[in-house]
Amino acid sequence: MTVILVNLGGVILVAFIVWWFWMTKAKAQRAGTSTIDILVDGGTFTPSRIEVAAGKEVALRFFRKDASPCAERVVFDELGINVELPIDQHKDVLITTPGAGEFSFTCQMQMYRGSLVAK
Amino acid sequence: MKTTRLSLSGISCAGCVARVETALNNVDGVISATVNFAERTATVESDVPTEVLVKAIGDAGYEAAELRGADDESEKEAAEMAHYRKLLRKAFVAGSLGLPLFVFGMSGLLPDPEDSSGRLFWLAVGVATFGVLIYSGGHFFSGAWKSAKNHNANMDTLIALGTGTAWVFSMAIVAGPEWVPASARHAYFEAAAIILALINFGAALEMRARGKTSEAIKRLIGLQPKTARVIRSGVETDIAIELVVLDDTLRVRPGERIAVDGVIIDGHSSIDESMLTGEPVPVQKRPGDKVVAGTINKQGSFLFQARRIGKDTALAQIIEMVRVAQSSKPAIGRLADKVSAVFVPSVLIVAVGTFLAWFNFGPAEQATVLAIVATMTVLIIACPCALGLATPISIMVGVGKAAEFGALVRNGDALQQAGRLDTIILDKTGTVTEGKPSVTRIISAGSWSEEEILRWAASLEKGSEHPLAEAIVNASNDRQVPLLEAERFTAIAGRGVEASIEGRLVVLGSRHLMHERDIDIGAVEAAATTLTQKAQTPMFLAVAGQVVGVISVADGIKKDSGEAIRRLHGIGLRVVLLTGDNEATATAVAKEVGIDQVFAEVLPRDKADKVAELQRQGRRVGMVGDGINDAPALAQADVGFAIGTGTDVAIESADITLMRGSLHGVSDVIEISRKTVRNIKQNLFGAFVYNTLGIPVAAGVLFPLTGILLNPMIAGGAMAMSSLTVVSNANRLRFFKAKG
Repeated sequence: MTVILVNLGGVILVAFIVWWFWMTKAKAQRAGTSTIDILVDGGTFTPSRIEVAAGKEVALRFFRKDASPCAERVVFDELGINVELPIDQHKDVLITTPGAGEFSFTCQMQMYRGSLVAK
Repeated sequence: MKTTRLSLSGISCAGCVARVETALNNVDGVISATVNFAERTATVESDVPTEVLVKAIGDAGYEAAELRGADDESEKEAAEMAHYRKLLRKAFVAGSLGLPLFVFGMSGLLPDPEDSSGRLFWLAVGVATFGVLIYSGGHFFSGAWKSAKNHNANMDTLIALGTGTAWVFSMAIVAGPEWVPASARHAYFEAAAIILALINFGAALEMRARGKTSEAIKRLIGLQPKTARVIRSGVETDIAIELVVLDDTLRVRPGERIAVDGVIIDGHSSIDESMLTGEPVPVQKRPGDKVVAGTINKQGSFLFQARRIGKDTALAQIIEMVRVAQSSKPAIGRLADKVSAVFVPSVLIVAVGTFLAWFNFGPAEQATVLAIVATMTVLIIACPCALGLATPISIMVGVGKAAEFGALVRNGDALQQAGRLDTIILDKTGTVTEGKPSVTRIISAGSWSEEEILRWAASLEKGSEHPLAEAIVNASNDRQVPLLEAERFTAIAGRGVEASIEGRLVVLGSRHLMHERDIDIGAVEAAATTLTQKAQTPMFLAVAGQVVGVISVADGIKKDSGEAIRRLHGIGLRVVLLTGDNEATATAVAKEVGIDQVFAEVLPRDKADKVAELQRQGRRVGMVGDGINDAPALAQADVGFAIGTGTDVAIESADITLMRGSLHGVSDVIEISRKTVRNIKQNLFGAFVYNTLGIPVAAGVLFPLTGILLNPMIAGGAMAMSSLTVVSNANRLRFFKAKG
């Protein structure tokens, strides 16, 4: 019985990992005003998924609390933007998406991840 | 809410102050805006990006630039040093608990967790380890949780799960040994503590090593002086560099570093620009010449007017360009990026699979404990950081190294491509040659003296802007030859000029022009041919249909062009000359410097076609030109090198900008590129091999053959070492020395 339960638990865990990390995404936060604050701390961007109006300029205001060098830059690969984030300071990044679509932003090593959803 | 300080220019009265304040206050999100007329600065309290404020001021008809706050780099260094110390403290605290537990455990001196006294001891150890997990590993747990909430997983996830599993399992043994099979009753508190000690210690060492990778940028930032001597209302004062505003007059004394970009208005000096351009010879400057921030005034004191300040100076732009390039990734790193993006969830799945495999198929009496150990080891050994670091860290050092040699690389792709080139096309004027033609000989066809020929030629050319004309006019100025009045001046494109002087028709130009006008040049033709063979350009002067002489103009070959081209050959490149000049002159230049192939008489608009022609032949072509006239050819090439002298060169125009006027820069970049790409490959190979071998070994694939299962503490050490190795390998690039 234990063996069955443990194996079943393992299979469920794998299914959960696949579903949680690859099949579902964080709820997008809508950029209500022209500026949206993003906290960089503990290996994450918060919020990590931001809904913006396609083709309109939006200012993302990053605040880096994380002193780890991993958090040193934010890279919008598809948009050709690569900005250094000072520690304990605000850094504004002005972005205009070329159209509708999803544009990821990450740290240099792709470990901190977020995305802009342009609609 | 933040405070932004802006320097203003164009402010001349109280009316201007009011207009700027109104413009700023009308921006949505601005709480308050005040302009200080004396300082010509604005202080704005707002939530608005600086760019928006600058634009609002621009729309009102003034110029503004952000005043930098405290020294960004020293602040960054202080924060990094604090983080470094914190990591060491965390490592020390974790090690202080883990190491004695490990040593006494190995010596068999620790009590049995199943005894009642032993259980109390282990309970205390469990609580202490919990404290270590919070102090030394808390950031991993909070990072893992935040990532998980955002549907992400990263390094923190793996470390938190690995050490968390060790603690939970160990506490389960202490709290209820009967829940766990007898053979599996071994506590792993020391493993959790030592893993955290090793990972924190590794991260601290990595941080130190990373600091060295950005030495080049620190050196550039170090060029910026902290103060400047400003003259306002006739009073000289030393002020902080941030307070210098546009149009300020600044004094520079011998040996001082220039604070901002500007134009000399009084005095002259020689200025050492080597720190930016790599050019060792100081440059003479006089009123009207530009000076750039960060360079050193050798002798003489002078006054200059500030034209570009703060983030607009050439130095600041170079720093920003190097920074951006250092953090861009070439194509070679894309695979690692794709793997990194799915790495952690994949490792989680492998960890679950490992647990199930051991649980189901492990040796009956040890299955559970081996399942736990192997799962923990898989989680700990996996290192996405080594993969993620492999490319950017080498690019960081490589781009910085190129900057030390006066070469600005636009991005990682350009650096990668440069090493793969097999053909280099060189523009002639200003690239192989100095780009400053001068008169070398004057030959008379008969009765006219040299001075007379020069007088008439210069009188004709003074209305022309052609470089050859400039050479003739300069020669007449040098010899103080008085000029005549020319009328009805006409330039004949690509051929020469004509005008009327003292009522006679005067023609100055090429052999073609003389033939077109049926002017017999027999008297000087042989001499002209000899000049052409010596890479000089002869220009025939005819007055009233009779040739009276030849003026020869030559653009001297740069002293080190021949040596630089030999160096290009030495690293396996074919060198091609591309010029609009005539075949004979181009061939003579090519012969003198050892160029393999010549494309002569190519119009500027056709240069890109020649580049494409070589590319169609399967060649990977680098084009070296001045960055302005050659822009299409530079864009067409696989890698475009803009070559210039000093920081005037258009740094926006090419993949790679050589601030030093020497062709050695091309070889420097290619050699750096090849070394960097080799370094990246070593890093990627190491990181892939580490993970693809390490994870299966951690999972226990060797166990059936050898009976050995990796200790999770060794996995922790290996993980910490893997990223450190990558960073240290990249640091080797710092020792690159050019062969030229």
